[in-house]
Amino acid sequence: MTTTAFRPYAPGTQPLNDTPSYRSTGKRHPVQPLVALPTGQTATELLPPHFAAARYPASADLSRVNGQEAQGERIIVAGRVLDEDGRPLPHTMIEIWQANAAGRYDHPLDTHPAPLDPHFHGAARVFTDEEGRYSFTTIKPGAYPWRNHANAWRPNHIHYSLFGAGFAQRLVTQMYFPGDPLLELDPIFHATPDAAARNRLIAAFDIGITQPEWALGYRFDFVLRGRGATPFEDAA
Amino acid sequence: MPHATASQTIGPYWHLLEDKDWTDLTRFGAQGERIALTGRIIDGDGALVTDACVELWQASPAASDQWDGFGRAATDKQGEFRFVTLKPGPVPVSPGGKVMQAPHISLAIFARGLMTHLHTRVYFQGEALNAQDPLLCALPDTRRGTLIAQEQAPSLWRLDIVLQGDGETVFLDV
Ligand SMILES: [Fe+2]
Repeated sequence: MTTTAFRPYAPGTQPLNDTPSYRSTGKRHPVQPLVALPTGQTATELLPPHFAAARYPASADLSRVNGQEAQGERIIVAGRVLDEDGRPLPHTMIEIWQANAAGRYDHPLDTHPAPLDPHFHGAARVFTDEEGRYSFTTIKPGAYPWRNHANAWRPNHIHYSLFGAGFAQRLVTQMYFPGDPLLELDPIFHATPDAAARNRLIAAFDIGITQPEWALGYRFDFVLRGRGATPFEDAA
Repeated sequence: MPHATASQTIGPYWHLLEDKDWTDLTRFGAQGERIALTGRIIDGDGALVTDACVELWQASPAASDQWDGFGRAATDKQGEFRFVTLKPGPVPVSPGGKVMQAPHISLAIFARGLMTHLHTRVYFQGEALNAQDPLLCALPDTRRGTLIAQEQAPSLWRLDIVLQGDGETVFLDV
């Protein structure tokens, strides 16, 4: 069996762990350079964890708890998980977590004085289908303050965790919403040097995903590392 | 096609995902040499990192319906994570291949303040194959030990992880 290695990330498209404007990075980022594997990626990097579907039940609706509707603006988020060559990743796990409509997490460490919602918990898990598609229903998360700098507010965002087809494809990220004025001020969003890569973290409003009389729709595609050599990019 | 989606920090509220059962990789009945693996995560000031998410993945034993090969643990108030798992055997360089690396476990460290997760490995003190492992052999003597767990008591292995500064753990560019 041969498994082709995942290629390196394109320069500038991933955030820097040493991002002084995001204060918590200060004492947490390594100062030594990362060490390359002398063999290149091995079975440890190329193979994925095995999540048997029967043991990891999916739940594609965060917008209600025990049949009771959460407060806030109901939305549908849908898209695909692809690799950098456009190949879909079927049956891959996506974990989702977020604040409620008021910008409060159902989490003991969150002390923001905004109301909890008994009908919103804010965590779920879905799997992609055969074509790499996923979809879930939730409540649009609110912005919330944090203590990074004076009057600091995180833009509206949803957190995601993806596993892919090998542990080297592991991705934890955040999805933002179009037109959010807080994006320009957010050091976490700006930790990625490449503007195009940053802007791909913003979902697109999509009237095709929007369901009449029910919920606005947003499209967001995840792209995981491709395999093999980087294809030639067209100079034109 | 666009490049891979940018990573973003897991943040302080990732525990919404936490399932404490996931710290025990043997919970589905996999058979083998059961061990505990524990350690603390320490920052560049020597302070304990108490809000980290530590993920463990091992390619040996091979995945099956009784064995995900994957676990996730939160660090506690002492900055400590703890897993119960099976001791891995040698791990092939290429999947299914004959050239072997020493037994090891892969850890991915996620936390508030880490924009991208950090990959490292846990090897086991006393394994004969350590002397020929391509990664261990490539590391300077002063840093190799940051990847080698010590057996504190029978079947209890410990390896602390230092994110920055003196004794900084070797993190991998995978
Ligand atoms: Fe958040």
